[in-house]
Amino acid sequence: MSSNQMRTGKPETFTYDDEIVKKFVIATLLWGAVALLLGVTIAFQLAEWRFNFEIPWLTFGRLRPLHTNAAIFAFCGNAIFAGIYYSHQRLLKSRLFSDVLSKVHFWGWQLIIVSAALTLPFGITTGKEYAELEWPIDILITVIWVVFAVNFFGTIIRRRERHIYVAIWFYIATIITVAVLHIVNSLEFPVSFTKSYSLYAGVQDALVQWWYGHNAVAFFLTTPFLGLMYYFIPKAVNRPVYSYRLSIIHFWSLVFIYIWAGPHHLLYTTLPEWAQTLGMVFSVMLWMPSWGGMINGLMTLRGVWNKVRTEPSVRFMATAVTFYGMATFEGPLLSIKSVNAIAHFTDWIPGHVHSGTIGWNYMLISGILFYLVPKLWNTELYSKKLAHQQFWLATFGLVLYIVSMWVAGITQSLMWRAMDDAGRLIYPNFIETVIKIVPMYWVRAIGGTSVLISFIIMMYNFYRTIKQASVKEETIYEAYALDASSIEAHASAHRKLEGVPMIFSVLSLIAILVGSGIEIIPSLLADKYIVKVSAIKPYTPLELHGRDIYIKEGCYTCHSQTVRPMAHEVVRYGKASNAAEFVYDHPFQWGSKRTGPDLARAGGKYPHMWHYKHFWDPREMTAGSIMPRYHWLFDQKLPYTGIPAKMRVMQKLGVPYTDQQIASSIDDAKAQAKTIADELAQSGVPAKLAEMEIVSLIAYIQRLGIDYGSVPDEPAQEEK
Amino acid sequence: MEILIILMPLALGMGALFVFLFLWAVKRGQYDDVETPKYRMLLDETIGPMDPKKGKEI
Repeated sequence: MSSNQMRTGKPETFTYDDEIVKKFVIATLLWGAVALLLGVTIAFQLAEWRFNFEIPWLTFGRLRPLHTNAAIFAFCGNAIFAGIYYSHQRLLKSRLFSDVLSKVHFWGWQLIIVSAALTLPFGITTGKEYAELEWPIDILITVIWVVFAVNFFGTIIRRRERHIYVAIWFYIATIITVAVLHIVNSLEFPVSFTKSYSLYAGVQDALVQWWYGHNAVAFFLTTPFLGLMYYFIPKAVNRPVYSYRLSIIHFWSLVFIYIWAGPHHLLYTTLPEWAQTLGMVFSVMLWMPSWGGMINGLMTLRGVWNKVRTEPSVRFMATAVTFYGMATFEGPLLSIKSVNAIAHFTDWIPGHVHSGTIGWNYMLISGILFYLVPKLWNTELYSKKLAHQQFWLATFGLVLYIVSMWVAGITQSLMWRAMDDAGRLIYPNFIETVIKIVPMYWVRAIGGTSVLISFIIMMYNFYRTIKQASVKEETIYEAYALDASSIEAHASAHRKLEGVPMIFSVLSLIAILVGSGIEIIPSLLADKYIVKVSAIKPYTPLELHGRDIYIKEGCYTCHSQTVRPMAHEVVRYGKASNAAEFVYDHPFQWGSKRTGPDLARAGGKYPHMWHYKHFWDPREMTAGSIMPRYHWLFDQKLPYTGIPAKMRVMQKLGVPYTDQQIASSIDDAKAQAKTIADELAQSGVPAKLAEMEIVSLIAYIQRLGIDYGSVPDEPAQEEK
Repeated sequence: MEILIILMPLALGMGALFVFLFLWAVKRGQYDDVETPKYRMLLDETIGPMDPKKGKEI
């Protein structure tokens, strides 16, 4: 279309690119099944350790990141793109900006997903939750996201509808915010093509990570889906949204509040107290706009509630909005410090997350697909009966999941904190609290299986639907081009200048990023900014390598490394953590879940032999343990030659390794390995062990908390 | 906590960007009418199947 035509104000005919929507729909269905299958697998692994199959790439620590990445970026990601590309064109009465960009977007995104599947199970990970993908994939994500943004904003510029409907505002917020979050949290320094270290360390890394982590939930799993809700619910019931005014208030209040809520993931850690309180306050404030949106979505159904009974698409979407209401009530509740003290590190959190991802995302995606698939393929849904069976299986599974995790989380937390009058722990052995909740892990696994089956039913339903479809003739649409008769004709030059909003927003975004980058990167790398407590020393070469094994095996998915300043934690684990302890931790490894005990004070707690046997078979040392075996660490040779490169990167990141230390690192590592191996040999272990990776992991575990342990206690600290 | 040097401007900068977008939307009259858009989005003005000979528009 030429620019003259744009100005004539005559009706124009055009078509929409629905082929790309179809592609994303198919991808959503395929990756959704994969994500759920992975989820069910790791759920069974927690219930019964043998489901780890003693195969490295099938163990929990490696599959859990794959599950979360698949669910968020593959399943929800493809669904978002399908829904956005379908509604965006129709709301703006314009074909997508570029068919080529659409295709690049689609295939690029699938390439990212496949890369994730080919790296995470093999231990190629950055060790930062929901951002585990290594740096080459991070760059690919950035490129594809920019392609998406150009395609999206280009369509806005070419629109034939002056008003930008509220759904599109939600999409805009998603695109801008996700870009910033991804880039800032993924700043890392490569060691090799498959290994990098986070630019940030310790507390700072934690803050960036959870600023990202929380907003990944906010701007990947919430705002785009709210936009889709505001399009697909009115469309499905052919009724206008309850209150358009409320939807605008919903959008702007959500956007301004969400970005500040991240620190609620770090309550009671060594993050400065004011930042914790800030995160808590904003999280509680989020409750209001969230419920405003929920009410708006549900009230749109006024007068057509019978469709919840008869129409699968409406039924799923209404349920999704209800679960959105539940999750957004539970979220602020969990952010209140006193509630968080109980819930953090327990199974309550995965329960909460899944009421969002299954209740809100899976249900809404299903609702959207039941609306979209028959329309896209020009046919009727194969079976409403199957859709309703799917609905009940999914709801049943989800309720089992949520309730079992409430029970498990609260039970375990109360056991952790139970103390007698003399100040002794009633359940001093962590394993007692695990064995108690294993039945709940079985319930959760059954619930998850039910959700997986429901999804397979949906796939079958859509397979039959698409199979029966006839060839669809492309529909022509008609609309007036934006023209001189609009308010713009009378606008001042200044107002016309504002008519380039997208250019403005892109420029200001670049300005923000460049400005922040110039300001921050040198200061991060500068030595003087690193807080020095003389007792806290960098890891030895062998420990550094052991730490990479810890990251590779995903130990952080089950073990935390931060002791909160609460009496029962101090009694159970040792001194409360201090920010100075983590200054050399690129990346931080505080974790977010204690399926096993905290390890911040694990160093020196047991002899080397204990760890040796424990990694070989955890049940030899702890009856009832659900930890997988790590027998392959006993066969894999330690790649000593790779250590200097790692240390050089750490040195660049501000860790005070001297050149001499790096030069002698291989010998030093070998010497330390020999000491450990010799000690083990005295207990009858084969002597060749000094060559194996297990030694480095033992060295790392034995170092945890040692340096800070030598610092005298500050009496005030214990008071809290 | 020098990380706040990046996070605070970034959060504020993103906030500022959204303030800018909000003001833009208000000034451009996006919110002058908060009734008809919700009805308008329900309409898809089709004029029937496409004639393949004409080829794709745009």
